[in-house]
Amino acid sequence: MEMSVQFQLLPLCSQSSSSSSSSSSPRLLPKKFCRPLNFSKFRQRASQSCLPRRSTKILSYYGLTAPSYKLDALEPYMSQKTLEVHWGKHHRHYVDSLNKQLETSPLYGYTMEELVKVSYNNGNPLPQFNDVAQVWNHDFFWESMQPGGGKLPRGGLLLQIDKDFGSFINLREEFLKTALSLFGSGWVWLVLKTKEKKLAVVKTLNAVNPLISGDIPLINLDMWEHAYYLDHKNDKEKYVLTFLNHLVSWNAATSRMIRAEAFVNLGEPKVPVA
Amino acid sequence: MECATPSALPSQALPLFCSGLRRSPLAHQLKWGAPKKNYSRKRHAFVHAQLDLKPPPYSLDALEPHMSRQTLEYHWGKHHRAYVDNLNKQIAGTELDGMSLEEIIVTTYNKGDPLPPFNNSAQAWNHNFFWESMKPGGGGVPTGILLELIERDFGSFDAFVREFKAAATTQFGSGWAWLSYKANKLAVGNAVNPLPTEKDNKLVISKSPNAVNPLVWDYSPLLTIDVWEHAYYLDYEYKRPEYVSVFMEQLVSWESVSARLEIAKAKAEERAREEEERIRKEETQEWENSEPVEMYMDGEPEGSDSE
Repeated sequence: MEMSVQFQLLPLCSQSSSSSSSSSSPRLLPKKFCRPLNFSKFRQRASQSCLPRRSTKILSYYGLTAPSYKLDALEPYMSQKTLEVHWGKHHRHYVDSLNKQLETSPLYGYTMEELVKVSYNNGNPLPQFNDVAQVWNHDFFWESMQPGGGKLPRGGLLLQIDKDFGSFINLREEFLKTALSLFGSGWVWLVLKTKEKKLAVVKTLNAVNPLISGDIPLINLDMWEHAYYLDHKNDKEKYVLTFLNHLVSWNAATSRMIRAEAFVNLGEPKVPVA
Repeated sequence: MECATPSALPSQALPLFCSGLRRSPLAHQLKWGAPKKNYSRKRHAFVHAQLDLKPPPYSLDALEPHMSRQTLEYHWGKHHRAYVDNLNKQIAGTELDGMSLEEIIVTTYNKGDPLPPFNNSAQAWNHNFFWESMKPGGGGVPTGILLELIERDFGSFDAFVREFKAAATTQFGSGWAWLSYKANKLAVGNAVNPLPTEKDNKLVISKSPNAVNPLVWDYSPLLTIDVWEHAYYLDYEYKRPEYVSVFMEQLVSWESVSARLEIAKAKAEERAREEEERIRKEETQEWENSEPVEMYMDGEPEGSDSE
């Protein structure tokens, strides 16, 4: 889910500057997905007001998306404390740091996915890359989990997994093996590779994600130590197995797969006979 | 961690599904499908060099409250131990077996294309270095030659601390921050200064990702701080800057840093001397080995148009 550019539309003909955050709430997004935003930088759009034209300054920025479940909903598999620190501090810090960097940078107006690819700059990452990629990765991560997750994928996704890995057990083993072989900080992904038109498990270091190589990710797992140290300390295997058994949201993976099929043709070409 | 004994060897040829029986004396007698090999090891002494897990030079709760005992128990007892154990498994029986840890690191770094044992060996060395860089009741200000060099190369001790903290907090992902003695090198890994003078900077702050350390750049490390998250997460959670500050103010052992500086300087001097010797020897050899050069004066060369 992308956090795209958000414009603050204030009530028409209002004289107030946008600094009163309590009175005006963002119209474009449902309230539960957003925290009250800091509007002090925004001015009214001149074209929509009955006021004389003022200089309009529209700044784009990104917001912190909350997970779609409460912070204690993943207990006992991922503790509330971990969520509070991981989302509330690490993820928030990346968002704040990104916004701060974008204040003085010409890279505005991008969707987050585009900004990741642009700031990666083909291997010479710009300073914003780490922050924007980490924000994107974490957004994706919260959505890759759900309370009551785990179990098996169903339907077309399971068929595709069987086709590309042999069996679901093989996928689990490969996921575990890849996660344990990652040295340092990074992420493990289940991706749909666009060129090979197959599912695959990949690992990336630090903030890198498969969008860079044009692949379509379906599930990810944060292997930075901050993701599991409070719950499992150094036991990475237990963390990965807990994720696979109880947390991973195959529903999310399926819906991403459905979207991915619009971009990648997975079937044989259907050549009509006469 | 004993070396492989002859009686254990046949059991290694057992298929995995009878791993439960592997250790029992029965397995040795049954010899399930073990190929008949002539294990002549009883005759030759087969020495495995095993690297040890050295404990920190203080007890695990000595650094409280700045670094808790729980952190030490996990960091040293699990992470550091795992690196050492995995390294021993990786080098057993290879040519790296028997080399010193520093040699293994530099060899497996392979000039930037690291081989598998690099991560484990470098991490084992880094953690040893890290424990010895700290002491209970540490912190404060260095003295003597170290302080002089710091003030000369960084301006002031405070400037040095600021720069070190900046390096530690801006290392993205896992890694280490280092203070090293670079002798007469440029402050870019591995590059040698072509015109060294006494006035060049000798101390340099660097940060490295994952397991890399300044030995691979041929520097002499003096001080390090571990900024992998496992080093501070139990005590400080996400607050890495606070961890770095506490490290600098309460944990650093300036005595060990000074001792390392002396060793580094001595090593650098010795190397400079050896280099000089080598150049001198080469020149004299050249002089001795070279053929007498035919020199022609102005005018006719000797031997031409004669007879």
